[in-house]
Amino acid sequence: MNVLKGRSVRAWAGFAGAAVLLFAIAPLALSDFRLGLLAKYLCTAMVAVGICLAWGRGGLLTLGQGVFFGLGGYAMAMHLKIADAGPGNLPDFMQLYGTATELPWWWKPFENPAFALAATVLLPMAVAALLGLFIFRRRVKGAYFAILSQALAAALAIWLIGQQATTGGTNGLTDIQGFFGYSLDDPVNQRMVYFVIAAALLLLMAIARQLINSRYGELLVAVRDSEERVRFLGYDPANVKLVAYVVAAGMAGLAGALFVPAVGIISPALIGIVPSIEFVIGAAVGGRASLVGAVLGAIAVAWAKTALSEEFPAAWTYFQGLLFIVALAFLPGGLASLAVLVRRRKAVERKTAVIPVGEAA
Amino acid sequence: MTVILGQTFTGISIGAVLLLIALGLSLTFGQMNVINMAHGEFIMAGAYTTYVLQKSISSAGISLLVALPVAFLVSGALGALLEWLLIRRLYLRPLDTLLVTWGVSLMLQQLARDIFGAPNVQTRAPDWLTGNITVIGGDDPLTFANSRLFILGLAVAAVVALSLTLRLTPLGRRIRAVVQNRDLAEVSGISTSTVDRTAFFLGSGLAGVAGVALTLVGPIGPTMGTNVIIDAFLVIVVGGIGQLKGTVIVAFVLGVLQSVLEYSTTVSVAKVLVLVAIVAFLQWRPQGLYTLRTRSLV
Repeated sequence: MNVLKGRSVRAWAGFAGAAVLLFAIAPLALSDFRLGLLAKYLCTAMVAVGICLAWGRGGLLTLGQGVFFGLGGYAMAMHLKIADAGPGNLPDFMQLYGTATELPWWWKPFENPAFALAATVLLPMAVAALLGLFIFRRRVKGAYFAILSQALAAALAIWLIGQQATTGGTNGLTDIQGFFGYSLDDPVNQRMVYFVIAAALLLLMAIARQLINSRYGELLVAVRDSEERVRFLGYDPANVKLVAYVVAAGMAGLAGALFVPAVGIISPALIGIVPSIEFVIGAAVGGRASLVGAVLGAIAVAWAKTALSEEFPAAWTYFQGLLFIVALAFLPGGLASLAVLVRRRKAVERKTAVIPVGEAA
Repeated sequence: MTVILGQTFTGISIGAVLLLIALGLSLTFGQMNVINMAHGEFIMAGAYTTYVLQKSISSAGISLLVALPVAFLVSGALGALLEWLLIRRLYLRPLDTLLVTWGVSLMLQQLARDIFGAPNVQTRAPDWLTGNITVIGGDDPLTFANSRLFILGLAVAAVVALSLTLRLTPLGRRIRAVVQNRDLAEVSGISTSTVDRTAFFLGSGLAGVAGVALTLVGPIGPTMGTNVIIDAFLVIVVGGIGQLKGTVIVAFVLGVLQSVLEYSTTVSVAKVLVLVAIVAFLQWRPQGLYTLRTRSLV
């Protein structure tokens, strides 16, 4: 019991520390430009929270988180584009391509801010639920699942590019000006968006932590390690996996939705195969099964990408390739597993230090 | 009528390309259960091999024929090297293999960019492959492009060669033994690590041959592998692992499906519909069209 209490106290302390860091120190220490970049990294970290749950805890290697990120992002961007255009007007790119005279029917509901906000999370969850139901019920698993989820990412990106008149095609939805009445050009409002994103990340981490520490979390790990055994115990592994997949999708959707006001664009290039797999690498480097590890890993990799790819684009690609190889082939637990190793070694040292004293007494 | 025949032929030729790409995978993924995302870059290596050979051998016809075995060796050697360096450490962790080989594929793409430049390059098709064969003449002609027929022939030849190798040669017998029961094969005196490496060499070499074929239908570029690899993996997923016939049938079916859907809708919608069809198919056959029946639970 004391051990559990100690863990939860430490978790609360860490949570409070992260909050101070995100809400007080970072806004003071960073310039507006850097804070905007951090907001972007935090969105990646939100996706990583979901990946930690689905892949790290549930063993579901989802290579299609970009799909859910994109659904959330497009749902938000569609609303913001309609709002930017003003009532009765078409979004700018539709006027440019000039085929439509009024909003396509599937754009119409997104005029309503409440619908659009709900859709950013519920739409990805619905898509994940539908696909997951079909895939997990029939026990399609492991690599098959990974490839199907990746094919989904490819298909969505190709579809979006093909429907240029209504989705903006390769360019995506760009040049977003306002965020529910606040102008995004104003640095104060950008700062507000950053605070919303930081709060959302902490909220998602809290939700994920609760899930991981619950009975459901135990079951999820059990399914990952031995699905058949869980089935023999009378649980349905398909449902267990489905919940993790759907929750991860919702988290990615929220991340995509908040990414749009932070960066001002959503496009197929941000959600296809390559970005989808990039979401995974952050979690893998930090430690897929550790929530804190996955989040810090995602932030670190996103930061490294900006820092390196600006100056040495070629070097960044080699470095990213090396990250995949080193992190997964030689350090499958990620950097978080190093921390565990150190802690264990310390515990062993303490024990060996204690034993001779006990013998002497 | 000619439209239907024409679309079917287009579909079959798309299927032939798919088959060539997926054939190597059916060995590495299907038989050995290794998900090699760098397979696409082995295709790219084959294509660039063709490009380099054409630069040094002026005759397009001879360079193409020389490229086939050379590309097989180049890609095969790359594959064997990858197996030796990384994959053999990861046989028990298939999902990690996927991500590790993705990292390798990123590095190989960048390498190609550094050597050959980011823009696509092109090869010249030899004269005997540039024409068409007219099947039905008249007002509404039906023509088959020679290059497409060549790829179809190449795909058929590759399937025959691979299945004969697997069925008749001592190497094939060893590969099948390792696939069916690794431990039993090992205690029977088969060096499973050697078999793994040889099978990987063959599968990757076939990717090189596919790369040569792709130079006839499209440009050569650093990202050409990424564009085709997902479709190839889907072929294996739907075809089922462990047997070649599933791969062959599914490659042609998906090719025709893609071509027919593209004709009746658009390219992008066709892609989505094909994926929906695949998920629907897996409801019926979750393990793919053909599987090796075993009593194992996993």
